[in-house]
Parts: sequence; structure tokens; C-alpha cells
Amino acid sequence: MRPVATTRSTSGMTTGRLAVWWVICSEIVIFGGILGSYIMSRIAHDGWGHIGFAGSTNAYIGLTNTFVLLTSSLFAVLGHYAAEHEQDGPKAARYLYLTAGGGGLFLCIKAFEWTTEIGHGLTITANNFWSFYYVAAGVHASHVIAGMIIMLIVAQRAKKNLDLHRVELVGVYWHFVDLVWIFLFPLLYIAK
Amino acid sequence: MSDETHGPAHYKKIWALLVVLLAISFLGPFVGIHWLTLATAFGIAIWKAWLVLKNFMHITAQPRFVSYMVATCLVFMLLFYAGTAGDVMKHSGDQWYKPQVEQSAPVGHHGEHE
Amino acid sequence: MATAEVTHDAHDDHGHHADAGFVKKYLWSTDHKMIAMQYLVTGMAMALIGGFFAYVFRMQLAFPGVDVPGFGIVSPAEYNALVTNHGTIMIFWVAMPVLIAAFGNFLIPLMIGCDDMVFPKINRLSYQVFLLSAIVLVSSFFVQGGGFGGAWTAYPPLSAVSAYNLTPLGSTLWVVAVALEFVAFLLGGINFITTAMNSRAPGMRLYDIPMAVWMIVVASILFMASVGPLIAGAIMLIFDQTLHTGFFDPAKGGDPVLWQHLFWFFGHPEVYVVLLPALGFVAEIITTFSRKPLFAYRTVLYTVFGTGILSFTVWAHHQFISGIDPRMAHIFTITTLLISVPIAEMMFVYIATLYRGSITLTTPMLWALAFLGEFLIGGVTGIFLGASGPDIFYHDTYFVLAHFHYTFFPIAIIGSFAGLTYWWPKITGKMMNETLGKIHFWGTVIPFNLIFLPLFVLGQLGQHRRIYSYEGFGELMRDDVLLGMGMQDLRILATTALVVMLAFQFVFFLNVFLTLRKKEKDAGSNPYDANSLEWLAPSPPGHGNFAELPTVYRGPYEYSHPDRKAKGTDFWPQWEKE
Repeated sequence: MRPVATTRSTSGMTTGRLAVWWVICSEIVIFGGILGSYIMSRIAHDGWGHIGFAGSTNAYIGLTNTFVLLTSSLFAVLGHYAAEHEQDGPKAARYLYLTAGGGGLFLCIKAFEWTTEIGHGLTITANNFWSFYYVAAGVHASHVIAGMIIMLIVAQRAKKNLDLHRVELVGVYWHFVDLVWIFLFPLLYIAK
Repeated sequence: MSDETHGPAHYKKIWALLVVLLAISFLGPFVGIHWLTLATAFGIAIWKAWLVLKNFMHITAQPRFVSYMVATCLVFMLLFYAGTAGDVMKHSGDQWYKPQVEQSAPVGHHGEHE
Repeated sequence: MATAEVTHDAHDDHGHHADAGFVKKYLWSTDHKMIAMQYLVTGMAMALIGGFFAYVFRMQLAFPGVDVPGFGIVSPAEYNALVTNHGTIMIFWVAMPVLIAAFGNFLIPLMIGCDDMVFPKINRLSYQVFLLSAIVLVSSFFVQGGGFGGAWTAYPPLSAVSAYNLTPLGSTLWVVAVALEFVAFLLGGINFITTAMNSRAPGMRLYDIPMAVWMIVVASILFMASVGPLIAGAIMLIFDQTLHTGFFDPAKGGDPVLWQHLFWFFGHPEVYVVLLPALGFVAEIITTFSRKPLFAYRTVLYTVFGTGILSFTVWAHHQFISGIDPRMAHIFTITTLLISVPIAEMMFVYIATLYRGSITLTTPMLWALAFLGEFLIGGVTGIFLGASGPDIFYHDTYFVLAHFHYTFFPIAIIGSFAGLTYWWPKITGKMMNETLGKIHFWGTVIPFNLIFLPLFVLGQLGQHRRIYSYEGFGELMRDDVLLGMGMQDLRILATTALVVMLAFQFVFFLNVFLTLRKKEKDAGSNPYDANSLEWLAPSPPGHGNFAELPTVYRGPYEYSHPDRKAKGTDFWPQWEKE
């Protein structure tokens, strides 16, 4: 059972929500490090905008994936509303499954995208642009996977109307993952 | 402005706006003006990020210190960039230069555009 | 009044506490006190390894080419691996787990008056990840090629290219171990910060929180806000090592200086991450043993916040001669010299706290005072290094090494012993032997100075770091440089002092052994007549910590308050109503 410590909220926020925002802060600096390094390397190399580098990323796929994540974020916040305002666990769980499904679709599209690129010789060692591309998108994808797993665990409990407050928390995390992609999209696909 | 900052109707409206902005940022490059592309791509990214932060993550509904925490971390990233970019981004400076290494596009690759 | 039930919720394992098997009680516990002990034991075990490495490489330096007892002949590659892993272990696997994880876990719930951390299972997970990281690191010593030898700073290309570092497996295991350690402390940090922010006892305002808690919380925040870029860098380095990407390889368009920035952006705040908890322990100890309030609590607090923020603006002073833009060097010189101001101010505040106090020189107090004196030397010598001009000479000399040992040793070793000897009665319920404690203290601190003061001199004379033997360098083997001693004599002096210091650590373990062997728990809950909440709980605290969760009525440093004099006491516990 939960210690008394977890139930107190001297800061004005519930414990879980406070913790999630701290996690977000630490993730900001992790992705900030990766993206900052990428941006300055990109600016250092004029040639990276051309074919064989960023010029060869598929902006249509990027567009689709951005749309998928944005939509999954919508489902996440609808799930939060169902959990918090409607106290409807099963409904929130359904939205969470849809959100996770969006994540899964994102990963499938990415798998297809990467397979195609690797098939054309655009591997992680092809040149430094592609090294950054795979690392940045890969670290992002690992966060998508982690988010999906946590979301499914939360959904299992929410289905039974248990721990509904966690629906919001996993949603906040998911929105952050979406946020990172909102920046990755122009950085990797539009700026050419 | 809707009279409700919560609720499915509001969230769907925000989602629709996000999708429109996405479309604009995608179409930016087709116009062909480089600086415009960058402005639309990144300006819109920042706008979209704010929409998600405010309407989906409800950052403005949290106690103030949450916004300060997030802002501070963003500032730290700017600080990191400011201290590092000078060395990584540039190819030469006062009494130094980095040998320009132009990397090659991968072999056996056919022009794959966008 | 006090009821038998310790918390409101029935704990699953609470009723079975007496029956909990070895595994559940010692290995699988979610209790913050047990997790604290796990971190403490692991940290101390790693300290033995790190200390052994120091013994070996210092023997090599003093008697080059001679068989080191307990190790054998030290090859140049082994020397590099020893110094690399000594540094890595002491910072990541000793200072951080002991100062932050062990004491943070043990003290925070007790000092803020609650029954555990807010996320006990994540707490347990953080230790498990930490233990895994320690195992991965130690395993790197036994793989083919041996342990990584590219210095704890792991600059590429040496760290990235196995043709250079000759430790293909060891290098990657090293980076993975460090990355895992970061994950463990991110997980732990969430607990410390959230618990301190949210779970305080009713009545405990922000300004009633003991400094030890504040310091550990701010340290956790600094860690969380600074480690990101290095995690990014570690990922990139692992790919450079294993897949031969070129993030840091100029031949592929990468930049080795990028690694340096990624590393030091974290590396500098990291030293404040470990400094702050030690400062916190010193605050608790000197107030208790001088029976005086902390001088200017709020000033200290704001100074700590300011130092924390400023610590993010100084990092490139580690890179002054690495090829960074000299104009950036100007900026970093200014910020680095600036940051000495708040730390100096802290020193003054602590001295003001002691001034005219009713001082008792118990063992913890001796450690706390030694911290102040030794750290002062470390701090002032940093000023020479923080200015880019002199640093051109000093960089990579033993002057740097002596500087950071005069800061790190007080932090990690003196700070740990200060905390351990002070809170030992609370942790175990038994008082340590004062005589043995004092012998251990003097046997550690005096030799410590004899190790590192000579190294300042050697650094001033131009001795560079990370060289396994100076025999081939005529200018570094000069005679009669200090009080009749030659340079090699100074090296031998330092090594001898180290061996003596290590020998005296047996006194500490003897003290621990004898204390634990005592049948009677003779400490009582408040042996020092101290004010903070941990002294309300029994010694040792049981499951749930307090018979009844306390309410707080005042700050933690109300010693020798005039109103209390009338009642004949010189302390005013936080939990007492009137």
C-alpha cells in the first residue's frame, strides 16, 4: 500500500503530477543535448541540406508520423478528461488504447521508413547527418515504446476504475514525447 | 475563444488547429524562399509546442513553479548551445581553422527527394 | 497519544515484518532506510576498490617498475586504467551513492516527518539499477583488454577508437556503466525532490526544512538539469565506439570538442551536486555541537540556489587550453571567479555559526571542522585554475589534481565520515566509540594533507598528470625542491602518507564492528539533544518511522533560545508544541 508520504501534497500538486513534471524537465535536457548537438553540427555543415543527407529524408512519411502523434495526443487528453471529469475508467482505458495504438502505428511507419532508407544505403554510418538522424529519432522512438508500455499498464488498471489519476500522468508524458517530435519533424524533414 | 478551456470540444478544436499548422509547415518548402521555410517550419513548431503545453498538458493550470522549472531547463539548453556552438558550428576563428571535411553521400543511392 | 499502528494504511508486508525472510527484508525491501543501507554498503565497497587502485598507482609513481604488493608490476596501460577507474569510481560510485542516495534516502523522510519516500518501488528500482551499474563497471576490469584507461573524462578520439585505447570491450562497458548510474540517480532524484516538496509534516514551511534536506534536494535538481547533455554524449560515444559513427571524429566531420562540452556541461554542476550534501551535513553538525542556530538560514538558502544556477555557466574552464574560442575563455573566467564568491560566503556563514558557540569537539564535529579547513584550501587553489591565464600553465599538472582532491576528499570522505559518525546512533541505535573515532579522524586527516600538499609543489614545478612514471623526465626528477627533498622524494612522501591513511581506516571498521557487536542499544532517540525531526523517531526507526507522524512548530536550529533558558534547556525541538 501507499505510504502516507505519497498522499500528502504540500507543494499544491499531487505527488504523481509533480513527479511527472520533474521527469519532463530531465527529459528536456536530454533531448536538448541531442538536438542542440545536431543543430550546431548541421549549421557547421552546409552540405547536410542536400541529397544524400537531409535532402533524402522522406517528408511525406514525416508528415504522416507527425499527424499520427498529434492525433494520439488528442486521444490521450480525451482519456484524461474521461478519467478526471467523467470518472469513467473503461472509457479512459479505451482512449489510452487508441493512444498506444497511435504510438504503435508511428513505430510501424518508422520501421518501414528506416528499412527503406537502410536499403538505399542511408545507414547510421553513411555520414554524420544520418548518425544524428538515427540517434535522435531512435532515442525518441525508445521513449515512444516506454510510453506505450506504461500506458497499457495504466489502461489495465483504469479499465477497472483503479488509479484513474494515472491516466492524466501518462498523458502528460505522452504529450512531451509528441512535443519532441514536433521539433524533430522540421529539423529532420523540412529544413533542407 | 470557447467558453470552456476543458472538454472534448475544445481539445478537438486544438487538434484541428495543430493539423492546419502542420500542413502549413509542410507546404512551406514548396514556396521556395529559404528564410520563409525556416520561419514557418520552426516558428510553427514553437507555436504548436505552446498549444500542446497549454491545452493538452495544462501547464498554465499547474502552480507557477512548474512553468519556471520548464523555462529554466529550456534556458539551460540555450546556455549549453551558446557555450558550445562557438566551437562546433564554426570552421575558423582567430588563429585557428578546422579542416573542412566534406562527407560523401552514400554510394549506390538514387536521388530520393522529400 | 502514541498508538501502536504506525501508519494509516495497512501495509501488505507490515504484519509479516517479523517473519520477513532475508531476501524480502534485506534485498527486496522498499523501505527507504534499508535502501539507504544498500547504497551505503555498495558505496563503501566501491570505495575500497577505488582506494586500492589509488594505492597501486601511487606505489608505481613512488617506486616505478617495482612489483606492487597485492598487485604486481604496473604496466603503462594498467596505470591508465587504474587512474581512470579510481576517479570514475570515487565520483560516481562512492560520493554520489553515499552522500546523496544513502543519506538522502535515510534522512529525508525522517527529517521532514513522514513514513517513507513517495515512490518506494521506484526507490528500490533505483538501487537495483545502481547495483547493476556497479557490476557492469567492475566487470569491465575482467574483460579482454582490461578496463578503460582514457581518464574519467573519456575524451575522444582516445575513448572512441579501440585502436587507440586498446580496450574495445572495457571502454564500452565503462560508458554503459556510467549511463546506468545516471539512470539510477535520475530515478532516485525524483523521489528525493518530490518527497521533500510534497510530504512535509504539517507546519513545516519551506524555511523550516533542515539544510541537509535542502542541500540534497537542490543537488538532485542540479543533477537532473545537467546530466541530459552527457547522456546524449554517452549515447553518441557508444555509437562511435561500437558502430564507428563519427560524432566526435574529425575525419568524418565530427568534433571532439563537442564531447568535451557535453561532458563538462554536466561535469561542472556535478561537483556542486556532491558538494551540497556535504555542506548540509556540516550545517547540521555544527549547529548541534555549538548549540547555536545556523547563521542566516535564508541567506544560505538563496546562496545555494544562486550557486546552483551559476554552476551552469562555468563549465568550459575545464577546456581553456583545448582549443575553445579564447573569447569564450574570457567569459568563463569571469563566471568561474564569480562562483567563488557564494561559496566563500557559505564559509563565512558557517564560521559565524560557530563563533561564540558552546562547542563540543565530538568526532562528528571534528570531521565537520576539518571539512571547512580542508575545503577552504581546495577552494582558494581553484581560483588560480579558474583564470584562463594561469590555467595555461596549470592545466593537466598535479596542481589541478591537488586542488580537486582538496575539494573532493573533504566532500566525499570527510563529509561521509561526518555524516556517518553523526547519524550512526540514529541508524543503529548504538553510540560509536569516541576514542577510536578520534584516532581514526586524526589518522585520516593528517596523512591526507601529507599526500596532497606535496602534489601542489610538484604541480607548480611542472609535473603533468596521467604519466605512469617520471623517471624519463630529467626536469621532473630534480633534487632539493622543498625542505631538502627532491621531486621523487615528494612522490614517495605522498605515497607513504597514503598507505598510512589507508591503514588507519581499519580503526573505523574496528569501531563499526565493536559498535554493532554491542548488545544494548545505548543511544536513545536523541543522544545529542538535537532539534530536527529524525531525533524524534526511535533509534533505529521502525517501519513507518514515527509512532505518530509529527507536526512541526518551528525551524530546526532553535538552539540556546532565551525563552528556553528559563526552562533549563538549550534546545527546542521542531516537534514540541510549546
